[in-house]
Amino acid sequence: MADPAALLEPLIPALRRYAYALLRDHDAADDLVQDTLERALSRWLLRRPDGDLRAWLFTMQRNLFINAYRRRQRQGPHATLDDATMPGSAAQQEAGLEVQDVLAALDQLPEEQKSLLLLIGVEDFSYDDAARILGIPMGTVMSRLSRGRQKLRSILETGRATLLRRVK
Amino acid sequence: MIGEDDLQAFIDDRLDDSRRAEVEAHLAHHPETAERVAAEHRQRAMLRGQLAAKFAEPVPARLRIANIRAARRGGWAGKVRLAAAALVIFVVGAAGGWFANGLVPVSAPVAQTTSVAQGATAAYRTFVVEVAHPVEVGAAQETHLLQWLGKRLGRPLAAPDLSRFGYKLMGGRLLPAGSAAAAQLMYDDASGRRLTVYVRAASGTETAFRFQQEGDAATFAWIDQGFGFAVTAMASRDELLPIAEAVYQKFVGKS
Repeated sequence: MADPAALLEPLIPALRRYAYALLRDHDAADDLVQDTLERALSRWLLRRPDGDLRAWLFTMQRNLFINAYRRRQRQGPHATLDDATMPGSAAQQEAGLEVQDVLAALDQLPEEQKSLLLLIGVEDFSYDDAARILGIPMGTVMSRLSRGRQKLRSILETGRATLLRRVK
Repeated sequence: MIGEDDLQAFIDDRLDDSRRAEVEAHLAHHPETAERVAAEHRQRAMLRGQLAAKFAEPVPARLRIANIRAARRGGWAGKVRLAAAALVIFVVGAAGGWFANGLVPVSAPVAQTTSVAQGATAAYRTFVVEVAHPVEVGAAQETHLLQWLGKRLGRPLAAPDLSRFGYKLMGGRLLPAGSAAAAQLMYDDASGRRLTVYVRAASGTETAFRFQQEGDAATFAWIDQGFGFAVTAMASRDELLPIAEAVYQKFVGKS
């Protein structure tokens, strides 16, 4: 059987990136990744050998985050609305620039939308894989992705988490 | 027709060439949509850009697989040992099934004895390690225990006195054995070593002892007048044989 280390280690940078985007705290993110790797090792013999290892790891990490980390994150220091909107953003928008902190804006989305945008837009998972990782129906991935991006855009454009009606 | 899913796939750059051309043509005629799509595509790129540095960071030592494994080695090795033990039991069970199926020339009475020995060994392995509830009914209620088990077995049951071998009755329990019931009496000695006497209905008239060793659990089993008996302990064949003979003497002709 293939050595777990050889298969797992190339995937660690992406796990750290996803964890950091979820938690916005470097140490907490590495704690989450460590928990994920420990769980992967303890369940190594139980995984489906023909399954996608990367999707398996991301599923575990996301579940661990939901179960244990989300509460801790809420209690800890958190990006406020003001951080996300950033003074001066209006002026930059007028100049046609968008240099806001997209990551901070992402924090204002519900976890599921946030994970969806990260898994598809950053980690390049297929729409099918993202649906499986998040445990949502395949048919709703596109509409949820659309809503998530729309909401992110409205946060970045107006500095408020109001869901704008899409302009046709 | 261009749908929202096409626009999302366009933002993610996942359309094939022809579909992408169609979306581009559509956007050329819908400037507001085009502006939104461009903004979302840009925001996607910015998000990737903001996270690129994190991805490029060297992995800290504590996340190296070798270090994580070293930290959890104790528990890991224990689990592997447990899994290996389970595998041994499974393989022995499967081999027993092979014999019982008559795929090798074994006479039916021997197969019955083997089956009794296996049932006894499985029950032994399950309950001998049990700390909190090794028995269902304790030796303090010996009379009740034996009446109850005897009634369920359909044969009077006595608890053989094994004190001359250092074993004292702890109690017993009722177990499933196919569609019928089996009884297990458990004994222990001063050092905490446990021994079980297992009884269940079994066809066949063979009375010869059959010895079976599974790992460190040794079993003597025999059939006598419609019942199968087995004595199991962590003991050598020579240690166990006189005990089995004593149990046999206690039960013989009593059914």
